[in-house]
Amino acid sequence: MHRVLGDRRAIAILLGPALLVYSLIMLVPIVWSLGYSFTKGNTIDGFTGNGVANFSRLFDDPAVHDALWFTLKYAAIVTVGQVVAGYLLALLYVFFLKKSSALIRTLAFFPVVLPTVAVGLLFQKFFQVAPQTGPVNSLLNAVGIESIDFFGSAGSAFWVLIVMDIWRSMGFYAVLLFAGLVDIPDEVLESARLDGASGLRLIRHIVLPLSLPVLMSSLIFSINGTLKVFDSVVALTNGGPGNGTTPLTLYMFQTSFTYSDYGYGSTIALLLTVVCLLVSLVVYRVSQRDLTEG
Amino acid sequence: MSLRMPRVRRARLSLFTAGTASLALLTTACGGGGAGSSAAPKEFSYLSVTENTTVKTALTTMSKGACKSANDALPLKVETVPQASLDQKLQLLAGQDALPVQFAAGNAPALTQQLAKSGKVADLEQELKSLGVLDQLEPAAVSTIKALYGGKVEVLPYEYNIEGIFYNKKLFQENGIAVPGTWDELVAGAAKLDAKDIQPFSASGQQGWPLTRLVSTYLYRSLGPDALQKVADGKAKLTDPEYVKAAEEVAALGEKGYFGKGVGSIDYDTAMNQFLNGKAAMFYMGSWALANVSDAKQNKVGAENVGFMPFPAVAGGKGSIDQYPSNVGLGITLGAKSFDEKTGAWASCIAKNYGSTALKDHGSISGFKVNTEVKDANEVTTQVRDTISTSKQNVLWFEALFSTKATTVSQTNAAGLVAGSMKPEQFMQTVQDALAAQ
Repeated sequence: MHRVLGDRRAIAILLGPALLVYSLIMLVPIVWSLGYSFTKGNTIDGFTGNGVANFSRLFDDPAVHDALWFTLKYAAIVTVGQVVAGYLLALLYVFFLKKSSALIRTLAFFPVVLPTVAVGLLFQKFFQVAPQTGPVNSLLNAVGIESIDFFGSAGSAFWVLIVMDIWRSMGFYAVLLFAGLVDIPDEVLESARLDGASGLRLIRHIVLPLSLPVLMSSLIFSINGTLKVFDSVVALTNGGPGNGTTPLTLYMFQTSFTYSDYGYGSTIALLLTVVCLLVSLVVYRVSQRDLTEG
Repeated sequence: MSLRMPRVRRARLSLFTAGTASLALLTTACGGGGAGSSAAPKEFSYLSVTENTTVKTALTTMSKGACKSANDALPLKVETVPQASLDQKLQLLAGQDALPVQFAAGNAPALTQQLAKSGKVADLEQELKSLGVLDQLEPAAVSTIKALYGGKVEVLPYEYNIEGIFYNKKLFQENGIAVPGTWDELVAGAAKLDAKDIQPFSASGQQGWPLTRLVSTYLYRSLGPDALQKVADGKAKLTDPEYVKAAEEVAALGEKGYFGKGVGSIDYDTAMNQFLNGKAAMFYMGSWALANVSDAKQNKVGAENVGFMPFPAVAGGKGSIDQYPSNVGLGITLGAKSFDEKTGAWASCIAKNYGSTALKDHGSISGFKVNTEVKDANEVTTQVRDTISTSKQNVLWFEALFSTKATTVSQTNAAGLVAGSMKPEQFMQTVQDALAAQ
């Protein structure tokens, strides 16, 4: 085995096909898209060079600022929400429900397997005010509060989106973190209990540090997913009202394919790539430091 | 060693083959070669939107009847995409030079003109003239098309619509409201209805355009038929006070709750249902809604109780009440490269027969002459047809001369304008900015 892997030609043969396919469908389009950032035009009119005009436009475009702010705000809140809710569920499975957690685990995981569009429609109906009053508004009416048009303003639509996405994915993070928690050796927990640690102190000093690696991977996983949010926004609000809930991804899609400005769309895509890269780096650095301390 | 070498060479060879194969695959995928790209098409391929069933069904009917010989030479083949993805599809097909023989040419006239400029769209005026069927197009429809497409006939008038306000005669009568002739009378009538807990207007805020139509028609009434042409030419701005006034008037209707609750969540069908079930008294819509009005299954108030009135005048305005907003529906056009003798046979058969087929089978009014007499389904259809044939000057709609981006911005923010989350001047500013961005 060592002889085969030590041979450069063997490595080339083993990696070659995968690398070729990867290059053709991943790297080439990425570089290609980078090239488009310096052009103006679309497939009908053809492309012409545009220098760095797209980049200066990126800095001046208020819609990009709004979309970037929305993306960051959304990613921060949903990531924290998903991971915290998932962690709490995982703690519930391990320490309270113990062996009988299978049913609750299945129920909490159920929204993960539902198609996003279906979940979007479900929440639309749930929070709707017209043509029929939805369950949430009916509940508000029952306690004497007037119906709220949740999708009528960007602020309330944002929170419906947050609630929906946390509900949709917390089951997934619960299972992920559950796997991390069951890995904690029973002896460690046992000895901590004998030393008098219980409840919150046990979690704070024993469980949390020991599950930190899996918690960190969940965070990186979650933040990268939420920065690239697209489907749930399209399904629930389609970016509206106005552009009140438009993330960078949706703005990029609209710019390229609806307004047929491929060059500027590519520039927005580049911005998104840079944001993802920076955030991943920061999370990675923070997690490395914490791990060595813990 | 002697054993290893050939194996490596073989592997290298297979690697090379795999690489070449995937490259070949890529080239074929990127290249043209679609049905419509060749000079002589093999079928009368037609790309339409899923939402529009009338044209598709009428053409299929004609392919078995009046246009059988054209269909035998060049069989009709319909393909549909959801309207929201039409523009993307067209851009991709145009980029690959694979546009079908006949296609819906985009959601905004701006895209059609872009296609025409790059030589993808046939010069229909010239082609129809040489086929001797240009006179089969109603002059009013031709003038609307020319106003929309920079003086050229770039699409066929598969639909010809005028827009106005459909109203519930019974509700008007019960509440002592006469058909309003001015905007102030309209607002007063709406107030009367609202006081009786009847929703005055139904409108789809999700679509947005039924709301921006109110703004533009107000503008045509107050500033005259060239109000939006001036904006397109840069001679006026939507942020000018006389333009903002129109948005203010429409926003005021929303503020008083005349569009009902949650207007932003109301989709097209729901708005239509609200009116046809008697839950709302007025409904601004185009004459294509006659198909729904005539359908007893949908129309619970009865066709005899539905009236059609022009958008009222604005006191002291330069526009006149008989200038109806008009359009030709979704622009459908023929490709330039695939236009040959067989396509011509189809085009001339459509020009001669589509008008009566669509009216007879679907109650749909087109811009083609009706060559076989068709009896109207109801009084309101007759009224609209008479109005169309006697109308002298028509106007367009709010986004008709806008870029695709400004169109989207305007329609997605319209609900905010009437729901009060966006101030009228802010709305006009946002749309003006989108216009300036192009």
